[in-house]
Amino acid sequence: MSASQPVLAVEGLVKHYGIRPGLFGRARAQVRAVDGVSFSIAPGETLGLVGESGCGKSTVGKAVLRLVEPTAGRVTLEGEDITALNRAGMIARRRRMQVIFQDPYSSLNPRMTAGDIVQEPLINFGIGSAGEQRERVAALFARVGLRPDQRSNYPHEFSGGQRQRLGIARALALGPSIIIGDEPVSALDVSVQAQVINLMMDLQDEFGLSYLFVAHDLGVVEHISHRVAVMYLGKIVEIAPRAALFEEPRHPYTEALLSAVPVSHPRQRRKRVTLKGDVPSPVNPPPGCRFHTRCPIAVPLCREVEPPLLADPSGHATACHLRSQASPA
Amino acid sequence: MSATTLPAVAAPRSRPGLLRRFRRYPLPSIGAILLLALVVSALAAPWIAPHDPFEMNVVDRLVPPGADYTFGTDAYGRDIFSRTLHGGRVSLFIGVSVAIASTAIGLLIGVVAGYFRMADAILMRVMDGLMAIPGILLAIALMSLTRASIWVVIVAITIPEVPRVVRLVRAVVLTVREQVYIEAATAIGTRFPRLMWRHILPNTVAPLIVQATYIAASAVLVESYLSFLGVGTPPEVPSWGNIIAEGRLYVQIAFWNILFPSIFLALMVLSINVLGDGLRDMLDPRLARRL
Repeated sequence: MSASQPVLAVEGLVKHYGIRPGLFGRARAQVRAVDGVSFSIAPGETLGLVGESGCGKSTVGKAVLRLVEPTAGRVTLEGEDITALNRAGMIARRRRMQVIFQDPYSSLNPRMTAGDIVQEPLINFGIGSAGEQRERVAALFARVGLRPDQRSNYPHEFSGGQRQRLGIARALALGPSIIIGDEPVSALDVSVQAQVINLMMDLQDEFGLSYLFVAHDLGVVEHISHRVAVMYLGKIVEIAPRAALFEEPRHPYTEALLSAVPVSHPRQRRKRVTLKGDVPSPVNPPPGCRFHTRCPIAVPLCREVEPPLLADPSGHATACHLRSQASPA
Repeated sequence: MSATTLPAVAAPRSRPGLLRRFRRYPLPSIGAILLLALVVSALAAPWIAPHDPFEMNVVDRLVPPGADYTFGTDAYGRDIFSRTLHGGRVSLFIGVSVAIASTAIGLLIGVVAGYFRMADAILMRVMDGLMAIPGILLAIALMSLTRASIWVVIVAITIPEVPRVVRLVRAVVLTVREQVYIEAATAIGTRFPRLMWRHILPNTVAPLIVQATYIAASAVLVESYLSFLGVGTPPEVPSWGNIIAEGRLYVQIAFWNILFPSIFLALMVLSINVLGDGLRDMLDPRLARRL
């Protein structure tokens, strides 16, 4: 694989959920959870995906994994389109793309031992003999900071941070090239969050992993990401290298989001951009720019024409008529 | 990052002893012991019964309970004690058969209904239909179509029980399939058979065991009243229902004809139900954690 080829490329990803009135009724309305999202992730890169609750960021992660079926769009994993693969084909590709879930409690089967949980992916793909699998599980336990003798314990005997380490070990077992983290630390205590984040970064260096890191905590995202994408109502409004996004955000929504991050120094004050109103319903997204209903700088054009996501030469892309600094190609 | 320095939590995971379980669940334990005694007496009936349950004795008709005949004799001079012990075999066989058959069939249909959306609507309407059939009418209909046999009784009792199991299993499958660990299993490439076997079905075991005990108790009872009504076990078989039905004619002069088989019937149904309640409490994960 050439270094320039992205590990994961997503083009025009759409996921609509139909609201069904009854068992046999036809879908009357569509929730546009994800409405045309495109991005790519290079080998060894972490893309942070942020946005407030309900903006569709978790759905993007699940649609990429085909844990939910995308309505439209294309997901390319290591140069291969996986959107049209059948069940068996998709199972085979899961070796290369793994996931860490948000909730370390419900994502582990309470009836299986920790060792069985981490061994299961190896069993599914018939990797090695039973003895080799046990050795690999022991090595994975050691790598994520669990004691090998904890293999016979059940999930409820672990703490939240330890359970998330189990989830990481399970994701690592198959030797994937990319791991989708669906808010992998948001259910953990702050001190434990740092441990898990650091573990993920160490593993990235060691195995050359790529991450799609879905989160709503901007501090965490700033720490782990190389590039950051901001989502609003099912669309990416800004995507940029970390430093550019955090130091000179261009989209008014990103500005508002960043101004809401608490400042660590008590005397330090930050100019707060407060948004009016609520997020519109994803069933009926506003026409034109989806953010115009709450945008402090909106002009009449915003209500009519949807701004395209345009990148400038530095790779800083913004979907805003007024702030986008790229000329339409 | 430094290695985890979390202290080793070496929890002693000894299984709670038999005595401790007994103290914690006294009533279910008594139920289990009582049921065990009834089961052993039924299984050992050919060896421990003092008389042949079919042997008639014209001289010793309607003899009251006493030294020769512990529970007295019936109108044909047959020993009630021996007949009651043998009757336990019939009741037990029917109870266990119905419990196994209805849980097995119900599990299969319930899993399909719970997992496959398309099959769900159709299967559940059929189950609703089956639930609407009264067991007695079904038994009478089956008896009039075929000749009386224990197997027909088992089928007649099993059919109305199946929908209850189906509903239970379907509910469990519907809940479990939405769990994140099912999604996680899919993400690591788990194929359908293993997903079912390792992740979904284990959750149905505890409620099914409990349901099976209730079904067994109910089947024992239903067999008795079907036999009592003359649409159950063939009259020559000494089931508890048959003994009670025959004894009914002489209840005013020989009450022991119905008293003893009735006591056995009541004790068996009671002990199974008490055991089932106890199992429900023991197998409930929320309660089990405190054990």
